[in-house]
Amino acid sequence: MTEAGTGNYLDSLMRGQAPLQAASASPLWLKQLRARAVERVASLTLPNTRDEDWRFTDLLPLTQLSWRPVQGAALISPQELERCALPEAAARLVFVDGRYAPQHSFNHAGLTVENLPAGMTAQGAIVEAELARHAEFEHDAFAALNTAFLQDAALIIAPRNAVLEAPVQVLFVSTQQETASYPRCLVIAQEGSELTLVEEFVALHQGAGFSSAVTEMALADNARVRHVRVQNDSTAAFHIASCAVSLAKASRYQAVSVALGARLSRYNLSVLLAEAGAECSIDGLALIGGRQLADSHTLIDHAKPHGISRQLHKCIVDGAAHAVFNGKIMVRPGAQRTDSSQSSRNLLLSGKARVDTKPQLEIFADDVKCAHGATVGQLDADEVFYLRSRGLSDAAARKLLTYAFGAEVIERIAIASLRARLERAVQAQTGEAS
Amino acid sequence: MIYQDSRTLLAVRDLRATVNGIEILKGIELTVKSGEVHAIMGPNGSGKSTFAKVLAGHPAYVVTGGEVAFDGGPLLELQPEERSRRGIFLGFQYPIEIPGVANSQFLRLAYNTLQVQRGKDELDPLEFDDFVREKMKLLEMNPDFLDRSVNEGFSGGEKKRNEILQMSLLDPKLAILDETDSGLDIDALRVVATGVNHLATRDNAIILVTHYQRLLNYITPDFVHVMDSGRIVKTGGKELALELEARGYEWVGAETSASAAANAGAAR
Repeated sequence: MTEAGTGNYLDSLMRGQAPLQAASASPLWLKQLRARAVERVASLTLPNTRDEDWRFTDLLPLTQLSWRPVQGAALISPQELERCALPEAAARLVFVDGRYAPQHSFNHAGLTVENLPAGMTAQGAIVEAELARHAEFEHDAFAALNTAFLQDAALIIAPRNAVLEAPVQVLFVSTQQETASYPRCLVIAQEGSELTLVEEFVALHQGAGFSSAVTEMALADNARVRHVRVQNDSTAAFHIASCAVSLAKASRYQAVSVALGARLSRYNLSVLLAEAGAECSIDGLALIGGRQLADSHTLIDHAKPHGISRQLHKCIVDGAAHAVFNGKIMVRPGAQRTDSSQSSRNLLLSGKARVDTKPQLEIFADDVKCAHGATVGQLDADEVFYLRSRGLSDAAARKLLTYAFGAEVIERIAIASLRARLERAVQAQTGEAS
Repeated sequence: MIYQDSRTLLAVRDLRATVNGIEILKGIELTVKSGEVHAIMGPNGSGKSTFAKVLAGHPAYVVTGGEVAFDGGPLLELQPEERSRRGIFLGFQYPIEIPGVANSQFLRLAYNTLQVQRGKDELDPLEFDDFVREKMKLLEMNPDFLDRSVNEGFSGGEKKRNEILQMSLLDPKLAILDETDSGLDIDALRVVATGVNHLATRDNAIILVTHYQRLLNYITPDFVHVMDSGRIVKTGGKELALELEARGYEWVGAETSASAAANAGAAR
């Protein structure tokens, strides 16, 4: 337990983590980066509901909890690994309670898929040029915390013109209750390269926990990255994450993020179309029930002309759960011929379920095509009756319709085993609901 | 067809129902026996589609009086899915589109639910695929419709064929086809009618709810009932449909207004 006051809570998080091992082996620039982040943590405070960006997401319950240091070896059993591993993966990095687990990880020839300290020995200059350059921590207490604790992290570099169809899986596994972790991932896709990243956050327990994750991606000219993010944390956990993506000329970023777990989750995804002709499609699905809260804030920043962005965000909310979506599309001066569309669609399965959705357009160019919309509704009574008139029980009918609502997003994931796993997860969760 | 040894499948007595507090059905009397084809005709707003939906258990309608026996047991206390599993099928006037649910998935789920109910083995996707393709031939349906979302983007005729396909899979004792002919061109009408005729046996029965006589050129009814203001006001043979086609509905209302109760009882 901590004293009251959110400012002190950041201090308690800083004190709660074991001192960084082998931090002295880090290059000077990284030590300086961490030191700057530690400084920012000291001067920032935890956001509260008076901040516009956190209006609906009250962190007060988080400040009632404290976390103990992680202990023992970074290991999971073969059965546990089997449950989360993708058979299609060409490479894999596993982090257990924030610590790299080399025995569960493997590389792929031609790519760098390594733990950050090891990867830096060969790629130091490239990493230095990108790490913490995209996810700013000056004003973001959680990104600052993550950067202050930056040690083990996923480093993925696709060199120029390297094309890998099979996915690279990065698995962050929580095995110890009541602990905090700071997952970090850096993806560098060099000119003309193609890569699929599957980032998964899973818990092997149902206890409390805190994680503050940061992912950064830099796509060079004509690079293409597909990014699937699955958050399946413990339903007692607090999961705060951000992902910052920067797109160079004619590069393409396609993302599907799925939020299933956590008592409180927040995902900030910002995509900067930094050069002309960049494209992104970022789709999301939150499937929550009970007393869960899932908050997704996205920013698509069209900084240069001829950018294309697409977004479909869906929430399925049951019980007394609460989904929040804030999707901002920025079209900066000069970003002519921007083509953007955004859709937020929400399904409420109970009278106590709640969703707050806010699509936002900020357009400072005059020759653009931007469309956005939001809907909130319940299952259609005529659809339910139609299915029941064919012999399906009320529960089976509702389950099928709910599943179909979510399937529109899940179907956009190109990895068959992951799609099947998510379909089962959606069916299990909607099964409990009915 | 009327058979001597037929049994009563449906017995409706003084059925009354409301929607949003307004009485739509005002004492319907109807008896349907196995092997028979009944046509229920009537002007718009006479309550014929409401009657079809009430029989299927649509939750928007509240039954306020009367009794319905189906296949020897009380019907009105059953949930819509229980009515379906016992052998009532409603062919929808406007089949519902369900984006995201593959037609094959929906058809197999419905079929297997019934198989379990009947104590039979479920079919796996491959077995079901063979089975349903065979059924689709009868309706001249393209197998592509299996992969598409339920009714989504189907034309009017395709939707109605899909309804009759469901009827053929579920093999109901009583099929109530609500305005199955609406929105069909003459070729689609012929295909759908051929399908229905093929499915009619001496053990089941069919109620055709229709505004126009056209469908009855293809499916010959044993009885034609005229509904008006929530009651069956006249019952006759197939020639009544031709008379309605020629003279319209107004004369029925005028002729029977004084003796509606007596005529309504004629179906007994």
